[in-house]
Amino acid sequence: MANTFPFSLVTPERTLLKGDATMVILRTGGGDIAFMAGHAPFIGSIEPCVMTVTLADGATSRAAVHAGFVHVANSVVRVLADIAELPDDIDVERARRAKSRAEEKLINSNDASAEAALRRAHARLELAGVRDSIK
Amino acid sequence: MAGGQERILRRRIKSVQSTKKITKAMELIAASRIVKAMARISAARPYYEELVGVVRDLSASSGLPKSVFLGEPPVADKKGILAITADRTLCGAYNSSVLRAAEKQVQSFSKAGKGLFLVAVGRRANSYLKYRGVAIEASFVGMTDRPTYDDAREIAAPILAAYESGQVESFDIISNRFYSAGNQQLEVTQLLPLDPAKFGSRENAQSFDFEIEPSPEAIIDPLLRMFVEETIFAILLEASAAEHAARQRAMKAASDNAEELIKTLSRIMNRARQDSITTEITEIVGGAEALGAGSKVIDESFLLTYSNRENASA
Repeated sequence: MANTFPFSLVTPERTLLKGDATMVILRTGGGDIAFMAGHAPFIGSIEPCVMTVTLADGATSRAAVHAGFVHVANSVVRVLADIAELPDDIDVERARRAKSRAEEKLINSNDASAEAALRRAHARLELAGVRDSIK
Repeated sequence: MAGGQERILRRRIKSVQSTKKITKAMELIAASRIVKAMARISAARPYYEELVGVVRDLSASSGLPKSVFLGEPPVADKKGILAITADRTLCGAYNSSVLRAAEKQVQSFSKAGKGLFLVAVGRRANSYLKYRGVAIEASFVGMTDRPTYDDAREIAAPILAAYESGQVESFDIISNRFYSAGNQQLEVTQLLPLDPAKFGSRENAQSFDFEIEPSPEAIIDPLLRMFVEETIFAILLEASAAEHAARQRAMKAASDNAEELIKTLSRIMNRARQDSITTEITEIVGGAEALGAGSKVIDESFLLTYSNRENASA
């Protein structure tokens, strides 16, 4: 069995996930990255993405993480996200609407906030398992 | 007439009783909300601690990069205040203490020749300060009962924008802090510029050689922005717990006073009732006595004439 390490996903209002994991995959400012036990100390900013956590018992948990930081020290991985959602919390209709709204805005302009909104919507739809999410 | 007074008192007791019912209900609601607010404070604590840890480790590994949020305040002609009050009253000195402190700050600013950048949270602060002609830059209402992180983010937006654009040189938060159900205190917290000492010293750092992605300079500002939002969120949660605690105490005092008033009024009413009964009995007895005395006189005179007749016949 692979080595495990303590992992937590913390949001301002509550701790969403906590437990021992064997692998955590997410996207930072420098690209996608996977953390396993014994990873070097690391601090990175998170880009909107779907984070995948392989738990000690082999099950995987997924969460949409929209902004925040990942902090690795002493082989403890902590994800601080000011917005994060578990699959059950996602409102697919709302995400679809947000996506089309952002896409409309982006046709005419190069708005950074619209682009961020679009990426958030993509992450949400991807997590909810909607096929047409990424064109 | 005595009966009239009794009726008036009975009516007053009834009205005090229904007031007491309301205050009692408000007391119970506030009490249950304190518990919830306290649970939210403790649920929010891990995030705060982690965030402090990230900044601390970042500073330990590469030294804190330069950021507008840290260290020496920029020179500007305005100072900022974030005043946090409740939307509603009936919570004792909770609102007025914040507003008094805010007014004092405003006066000291104007003495120092500094302008004011005021952000008001809560309907009370909004109406009070507006009425006194204090300019409010941004106002937020309807969130103090149960503040969310989104609320904190909305409040932080104008504050961060004003600070980053160099409009204001500092920001203070005036709010009530929740220490325990029996103890809440007014506190003035410096929000900006951030004090690097808040993040702990290098000795507490867990490691020194962090890989930092994309780069320390690129993440320090978003990180500190998040920290400002989180600080506002933590203070909103504290203020909300303090508000419920203050309301519970105020409503408990009101219920106790109502109870006392009911007791006093009942005593007066009972005395009035007894008085009226006593008066009635005295009147009846007096009347009966008057009647009885009248007949006795007749009897006596009758007896007298009777005995006189006896004597005469003897």
